[in-house]
Amino acid sequence: MGVGIKVEHLNAWFGKTQALYDISIDVPANHATAVIGPSGCGKSTFVRCLNRMHETIPDARATGKVRMGELDVYNGTAAVQIRRRIGMVFQKANPFPTMSIYDNVAAGLKLNGFHDRKRLDEIVERSLKLSALWDEVKDTLRKKSGASLSGGQQQRLCIARALAVEPEVLLMDEPCSALDPISTGKIEELIFQLKENFTIVIVTHNMQQASRVAEFTGFFLLGKLIEFDKTEKIFTTPSDKRTEDYITGRFG
Amino acid sequence: MAKTAGQTGQFAIAPVSLWRRGMNSLVTLAAGAAVVAVLVPLGAIFVYLIYKGVGAINWAFLTQIPKPVGEAGGGMANAIAGSGYILAIASIMGVPIGIGAGIYLAEYGRNRFGDLIRFTADVLNGVPSIVVGIVAYGIVVIGQGHFSALAGGVALAIMMIPTITRTTEEMLLLVPNAVKEAAYGLGVSRWRTTLSITLRTATSGVITGVMLAFARVAGETAPLLFTAFGNQYWNWKVSQPTAALSLQIYTYAISPFDEWHRQAWAGALILIVLIVVSVSAVRIVAGRGMLKGAN
Amino acid sequence: MTGPQPVAKPEVVSGSKAGGGPLIRAGTSLIPDRIFYAAVLSCGLCVLGLVGVIVYQLVTKSALSWHAFGWKFFFRGDWDPVSEQFGAWPFVYGTLVSSLLALMLAVPLAIGVAVFITEMCPRWLKGALAFTTELLAAIPSVIYGLWAIFVMVPLLREYVEPLLGRYFGWTGLFEGTPYGIGMLAAGIILAIMVVPIVSSITREVMTAVPQQQREAVLALGATRWEMIRTGVLRNARAGILGGVILGLGRALGETMAVTMVIGNRPEIARSLFAPGYTMASVIANEFSEATSDTYLSALVEVGLALFLVTIVVNIMAQLLVWSVTRGMPARSHG
Repeated sequence: MGVGIKVEHLNAWFGKTQALYDISIDVPANHATAVIGPSGCGKSTFVRCLNRMHETIPDARATGKVRMGELDVYNGTAAVQIRRRIGMVFQKANPFPTMSIYDNVAAGLKLNGFHDRKRLDEIVERSLKLSALWDEVKDTLRKKSGASLSGGQQQRLCIARALAVEPEVLLMDEPCSALDPISTGKIEELIFQLKENFTIVIVTHNMQQASRVAEFTGFFLLGKLIEFDKTEKIFTTPSDKRTEDYITGRFG
Repeated sequence: MAKTAGQTGQFAIAPVSLWRRGMNSLVTLAAGAAVVAVLVPLGAIFVYLIYKGVGAINWAFLTQIPKPVGEAGGGMANAIAGSGYILAIASIMGVPIGIGAGIYLAEYGRNRFGDLIRFTADVLNGVPSIVVGIVAYGIVVIGQGHFSALAGGVALAIMMIPTITRTTEEMLLLVPNAVKEAAYGLGVSRWRTTLSITLRTATSGVITGVMLAFARVAGETAPLLFTAFGNQYWNWKVSQPTAALSLQIYTYAISPFDEWHRQAWAGALILIVLIVVSVSAVRIVAGRGMLKGAN
Repeated sequence: MTGPQPVAKPEVVSGSKAGGGPLIRAGTSLIPDRIFYAAVLSCGLCVLGLVGVIVYQLVTKSALSWHAFGWKFFFRGDWDPVSEQFGAWPFVYGTLVSSLLALMLAVPLAIGVAVFITEMCPRWLKGALAFTTELLAAIPSVIYGLWAIFVMVPLLREYVEPLLGRYFGWTGLFEGTPYGIGMLAAGIILAIMVVPIVSSITREVMTAVPQQQREAVLALGATRWEMIRTGVLRNARAGILGGVILGLGRALGETMAVTMVIGNRPEIARSLFAPGYTMASVIANEFSEATSDTYLSALVEVGLALFLVTIVVNIMAQLLVWSVTRGMPARSHG
């Protein structure tokens, strides 16, 4: 079962520029939560603060409290440990170019010192099945490189890679924006399935996608969280006028 | 009232003056002549190397050590081996430090201090090789009391380090950020990501840089003149003077003996073949590996 | 269409059952991170340290000579190991003259080659030509010297120098017996060695000039040469100058090839046919035979001067090249 994430008063900066203002949000466990908003509203930054990827950028910092279950993400735990429990899938698929498909999926485990061959085989197979890529690659696991797959396949490979370390939460930063509609559809189906066992936060600029896959949605604008509620409510009877303007396409 | 162009017909397609066209052709010719003037010595050098060198290369040359002055025959086996030996010593010191410094610059050095190191490396590249020889002499030879392969290795290592540092940094920076982020996102630590992901992806490029430094340093004579010093016999001791191919070529070339002149050409041919092979191998490896690795 | 298989749903073992999956025991890696940082930092510091070591060695080992002769060391002409009198002026003179001669010959050729390759060359020839000029840079100095002694010098002695002496002897530059060996030989072989550097930098800065500049000039109806002159060379001026100065730096420090053909006599003569001596050559020839401490120290002082001059020249060159290519990481030259 996944865990939920509780965010309290999160602020984030890039150098002197503030990108997030006092975000407080409760991401529920075992559901998919969508994060929507126009370009530059801070949705990627928000999600990257959840697994402390934000701090890999020079001069970036964040304050506030983020709790995952009983764990305090910022205080008392090393970033590397957090990132093994909160996985991430990026906008553009980034498989490791020098590794085979097998090695790509196993990378998160191997690089962290886990080398049990038998269990690795099991985990790789299971992760690829979870991300609906197994049938397409099971014969060429070790022969083909991760980079030789198509765009949609690469992204599913990245999802398998993220799932292999068995995180409790999966963050997805616009995972389908570089993909064709068919691949997008496959990945959306995936999210549907994964919800049962993981907590998913998905950043998307595609409102239809948000309404398709997510039970909850948060609307961000200029670094602030404007509204967070059941997806149905956000898209039919939003409480805030700005949300309504965005939904109806008046801007963004 | 001003006349317009159409009225006077003056500006209808005016022919480019003869002078200008002439200049253009002349310059093209001059540039072409420059190319020829530069290629001629290059061609001449290779032609003579082959013409004079091939005849003197035989099995004896490659397997024997020099014979005493006046006697015919003998070879440069010890010099060829000695060069390899000194290069190996130089690499043990120079390659790790060079790659390490390159990693530092790429991963942690995007700041003023890193700029200082970069600048210093570029400056070091310009130090005359004879001066490097003096420095190695001061550090090693004076302490040991005699010339040695180690001293030669130190001198060559000093020359390798700046080159390897800069090329390693360049290659590491070519690795796309997305690949590093993927590793961080999996909770992989900084050092593991740098070594197993970044360096691994840039491997062929880094090796290219190392081989380039090799090729550059393999033919150096000046820094070995009073460090490795040369040796008529076989030597595998790190602390004793050692023969080197470039040194041997020099000694033989300026000697008054025809036999030695012949052997100097042979040695030069071998040296240039080794260098051309490594430079070409570098281009092939770079062409292939980069596309595969850093995509 | 392959999608999530409805049949074989894998058993999902997710996080919080074990509290973090198979990596539950993996550590924080803070200490290894620090060790790694320290290791690569010390490598970086080594690079800085190297300059320090070089300066330290040169300064301390030349102190003896410095105290004995002072500034005048570089302006005296008497280099006499026997009586322990050392004046380095002939070497300074020889270095300057041979380098300047080399530049005078090399720069027009190098720029010509660069212009040809970048602007005039048919596409299929470009790669081959560029490769061959870079090949010139890869030839070791001692091989240039070998070729110079046995091929170039006889040519100079038999044909070139008598010709120069006959028609240009009135300038005073081409007087005396043509031995072949001498300042002229040194200048020529140096020029051949310096062309690749100047040419490759010139090519680099010429390529860095944006295409729009060329098109702007062409659109005004210029011939190709005029386009090159005003659209490219003019913009790349600073960089080309940088390349020339870099070539100068290389020429100043060049040892083996020069030593083999310059004659190695500490004399100053107006004629280019006469033998000479350069700073690098005297060190190469006499260092291992230096009998006294003062002798050695004098040679080291020559080395120190050579070091300082080449450093200054190289720094100027780097700055000039950077100003055109905007500080792209330098590729290893030669």
